[in-house]
Amino acid sequence: MTLTASAKPISPSRPPAVRRAWQKFSPYAYIAPFFTLFAAFGLFPLIYTAFVSLYRVELQTPGDMEWRGLDNYTALLSDDFFWTSLRNTFTIGVISTVPQLVMALGLAHLLNYKLRGRTFLRTAMLLPYATSVAAATLVFAQLFGRDFGLINYVLGLVGIDPVDWQTGTVASQIAVSTIVIWRWTGYNALIYLAGMQSIPGELYEAAEMDGASKWRQFFHVTLPGLRPTIVFTVIVSTIGATQLFGEPLLFEGSVSGGISHQYQTLGLYMYEQGWGFFHLGRAAAIAWVMFLLILVLVGVNTLIARRRIRKEAGR
Amino acid sequence: MTALADPPVKQPTADGSTPAKRRRSRAGRTNHGGPLAYAVLIVAVLISAFPFYWTIVAASRSNADLAKVPPTLLPGPNLMRNFEAVMEEAEIGKALLNSFIVSGSITVGTVLCSTLAGFAFAKLKFKGRNALLALTIGTMMIPPQLGVIPLFMLIAELQWVNQLQAVILPGLVSAFGVFFMRQYLVQSLPDELIEAARVDGASTARIFWSIVVPIARPGMAVLGLLTFMAAWNDFFWPIVALTSSEPTVQVALRQLGGGYVHDQSVIMAGTLLGTLPVLLVFGLLGRQIVGGIMQGAVKG
Repeated sequence: MTLTASAKPISPSRPPAVRRAWQKFSPYAYIAPFFTLFAAFGLFPLIYTAFVSLYRVELQTPGDMEWRGLDNYTALLSDDFFWTSLRNTFTIGVISTVPQLVMALGLAHLLNYKLRGRTFLRTAMLLPYATSVAAATLVFAQLFGRDFGLINYVLGLVGIDPVDWQTGTVASQIAVSTIVIWRWTGYNALIYLAGMQSIPGELYEAAEMDGASKWRQFFHVTLPGLRPTIVFTVIVSTIGATQLFGEPLLFEGSVSGGISHQYQTLGLYMYEQGWGFFHLGRAAAIAWVMFLLILVLVGVNTLIARRRIRKEAGR
Repeated sequence: MTALADPPVKQPTADGSTPAKRRRSRAGRTNHGGPLAYAVLIVAVLISAFPFYWTIVAASRSNADLAKVPPTLLPGPNLMRNFEAVMEEAEIGKALLNSFIVSGSITVGTVLCSTLAGFAFAKLKFKGRNALLALTIGTMMIPPQLGVIPLFMLIAELQWVNQLQAVILPGLVSAFGVFFMRQYLVQSLPDELIEAARVDGASTARIFWSIVVPIARPGMAVLGLLTFMAAWNDFFWPIVALTSSEPTVQVALRQLGGGYVHDQSVIMAGTLLGTLPVLLVFGLLGRQIVGGIMQGAVKG
């Protein structure tokens, strides 16, 4: 009862009708700060991108918009570098995501054992996640140097000739992917670990009683139990790969992603069009293409996941 | 007063896991790791840590040292000289200050907005609640990078280009934060506590400040940590909205990597300075960050 006495203004003094009205509307006051910012800086830009992509807009005069219809899109489709960057985004996406998630799964499995110093191990694995794209890329660009890079030196020790990590298409894409893998493997391992820990222990006990080996337990208890987590990480990594930008930009510091655009991604291509060549309208068209790409990829992912679940249920 | 004096039923621990959850996970993990498990994990830790070590080595050497074969693997005497050089060439000092201002404001603002909205979504009833929550969650996965062009036009219209608010205000929009705080409060704030306070005649505002915030504090701390690191490391938007005359750390690093500075050891010194603050946060609160990420994974 003390609350009423110390709660200062609102409650008893106000007429009931006002109070009731306020009760009804006050929740909106709590979501208002977020939704005001969200509308202005989140939702509006996303939707407006589609609109801008139909205009000619230049960086120096962003206020002047000239109707162009689908011209930005047709120009895009006839630009070889668009197709190059689309292909690169896909290959780098695969080279960086697949090994990353497989290794993360293995590490999570190991981290799930009873271990000494497990807090240390987990924290250390997450260390790369704490670095920025820029910092990580600058360091790796140094390590991947053709003449004096540490990686080529180590390869030389085992008798492999120096690799030109900048000019070669495959080599440069592997180098860029390595940065992504280094930064995100530990993070994904922790996500998988969290998923593994929510699998009930009884399932393992039952499998053990049935005489299932550790290996079989991993495939028949752990993996099915992790399915939602795996789908989640695949989707998040796919979206991340579609957006890849900082790594290819800073690997050599040029917006073209290498001399022959050999590792230019869609994200970098968009930046080059917008802030290298000043074509904001064209860049908006690229952003919209990326958005559609994400929708398609996420849709395909979900579909595959769903079909597998149905298949298993029917078995 | 009873409502306020009673501790909430499920008081989460500092690292975000409830005691019950911890017990269960411990019971589930019956296997001890063998030597092979340790070996693989230690190799993974070394690979995680090596680039940091290498940054220190390279930042404390000279450019000529870095072009030696075989390479030098121990730190050298040039750290201070390289720090001074990078301060001059890339305004790292100003960049650090700007990054603190930007990341600090984003963190405080995001945690506040997210707690307010998260509380409303978790515990208040209002028209359109489910639709608005679905909208928030639905856009959580859409990368903000896709909206940079209109955002840039908006900022240009407001004449905010190269001013810190151009990075701070868009940085406050965190659908993840709202979702995170909502989940946290659904779990840890019992309805009875709010009802009891209402019966006692407390207004929603009073309930928010004297009941919700104290209970939400551990969640707010984790969200704050994650937000600070993300804001500090954000790359695309700052390099679009700011220039090297008003840089954040990432803008300065982009300039360092842009080919104007040729001394590798100076570049590494800049990288080191720009990474130290997050590493410090990570060193002090790494356990909470690990907890936050694992907790977010289970809920999301």
